[in-house]
Amino acid sequence: MAKRKIIISTRNVSKAFGKQQVLKSITLEIYKGEIFGFLGPSGAGKTTLVKQLVGLDLPTDGENHVFGKKMPSLPTMERIGYMAQSDALYEELSAKENMVFFASLYGLKGQHRETRIRKVMEIVNLTDHLNKLVSNYSGGMKRRLSLAIALLHEPKLLILDEPTVGIDPVLRKSIWNAFEELKKTDATLIVTTHVMDEAEKCDRLGMIRDGRLIAVGTPEELKHNTSSANIEEAFLIYGGAEA
Amino acid sequence: MRIAALVIRILRQFIRDKRTLGLMIFAPILVLTMMHLVFSGDAYVPKLGLVDFPEPLQEQLQLEGAELTDYDSISKAETDLADKQIDGYILFENQAPSIVLEGSDPSVNSAVMKWVQEAFQPLQQNSLSKELEIEFFHGSADMGQFDYFGPVLLGFFIFFFVFLIAGVSFLRERTTGTLERLLSSPLRRWEIVTGYVLGFGIFTMLQATIIAAYSIYILGMLMEGAFGYVLLITLFLSLSALTLGIFLSAFANNELQMIQFIPIIVVPQVFFSGLFNLETMSSWLSWIGPLTPLYYAASALRDVMVRGYGWSDIYPDLLFLSGFSVLFFILNILALKKYRSI
Repeated sequence: MAKRKIIISTRNVSKAFGKQQVLKSITLEIYKGEIFGFLGPSGAGKTTLVKQLVGLDLPTDGENHVFGKKMPSLPTMERIGYMAQSDALYEELSAKENMVFFASLYGLKGQHRETRIRKVMEIVNLTDHLNKLVSNYSGGMKRRLSLAIALLHEPKLLILDEPTVGIDPVLRKSIWNAFEELKKTDATLIVTTHVMDEAEKCDRLGMIRDGRLIAVGTPEELKHNTSSANIEEAFLIYGGAEA
Repeated sequence: MRIAALVIRILRQFIRDKRTLGLMIFAPILVLTMMHLVFSGDAYVPKLGLVDFPEPLQEQLQLEGAELTDYDSISKAETDLADKQIDGYILFENQAPSIVLEGSDPSVNSAVMKWVQEAFQPLQQNSLSKELEIEFFHGSADMGQFDYFGPVLLGFFIFFFVFLIAGVSFLRERTTGTLERLLSSPLRRWEIVTGYVLGFGIFTMLQATIIAAYSIYILGMLMEGAFGYVLLITLFLSLSALTLGIFLSAFANNELQMIQFIPIIVVPQVFFSGLFNLETMSSWLSWIGPLTPLYYAASALRDVMVRGYGWSDIYPDLLFLSGFSVLFFILNILALKKYRSI
């Protein structure tokens, strides 16, 4: 882990909505080519943090740097693929039309656009449903299409907010395989989750509770340091609960 | 490129949503047709009773244009009046005529009064025998209420539907999260608003052409000026409706809350747009008129359709309308700052 390139550097970031403190002085570095997971219960501040990394939200204190640029920065945003918790699709359009639209926003056109659309649809296993209206998609299909759109412009940094919610175990496995494939292309992935067994698959984990980053490390390290058998136990110990 | 993608997407969504498409085109056509039928119907024929009316006198009067019944006593006429068989009855006592009206419907009252004045004209024609000659600077004797209301209604419907549909579709963009996705792409804030303006602009042109052509060529709404000017005015009006609708959608959390803007923002504009005479309005209210886009559009549409004026007379109104659009456009870009600061 010694000399790895830093992709994201979060420095003393705090965020308050009115009187409510959502993020409390978070400092963190994420390296190139790793799958980094933010683990924590809902309401812990995961979404607020990743939104800041995407450039859609501003910290009240501290700074986020992505690819060496202070966020938000439009040129940097172009290199990020973001998938929010909501599917964010146009239901009255077909999957293909949704993809063509979002691809055009990133300047993809012509043959290259077609190739990319085919490629990402293969990754999420939706090739047969390309011309279906999104309103006829099931919940899981929408989630996968949403992921496919985030992959369209070959981003070097993928930020995925709860990517596998509502997806069955078989598909979840195939999506994680896709993540591993992306990792091989030197892409960095940031995933938020509240599912403990999913957290095990990340290279490194950041545990978040009540807006505080309570622990960072590989799943093995976290378990070893707390001498616990699984991530859930480790989370409880870091969170201050008696095991 | 990015704006073009947005425009194509908006137009695609329109084509997919057949029902909304139909609403925007056929609802105004339906309402305009009904207004046409209501206001252009035949003039009301008053029903009157004549009580003990001297025969020689009847011959002197112009009695066409009303249904007349002869009564020989007041009490019979009164019974019929109470049963709404007649609208009024005319007495002739002490060498002077008098009239009793049923009186509950003002429009019937004025129709009766008008008829009575015309009928009794021969009696008064002793000295002033010359008939007054009337010339029309604009319009004509057979211009109906519909011709005067028409231009305002045309503007109103376009404003109303563009405001609502644009507001709701932008609201959906926010609530479904697609706006967030747009803003996580390199798309600029002004590009989003411009895309919406162009996409809806193209669609509104189509809508305005159909509605205006229907009103003028099929319903026969008065049209003195050039059709092109009508389209130009409706385009400017719809741009202000569009930018206002998108802007206000930022203050609504769901479709119902968007609809709540109709009685607050849209309907009041009708009262200040010249559908009713602004000069008779209380002065503490009439200042609102010049603050509403419909006020300028209605004035310009009337100038073209009723008075046959051209560019030199309507451009100040168009200037005001584009002023509204520019103002709302900028407000929109600022409102989007809430989602992304750059």
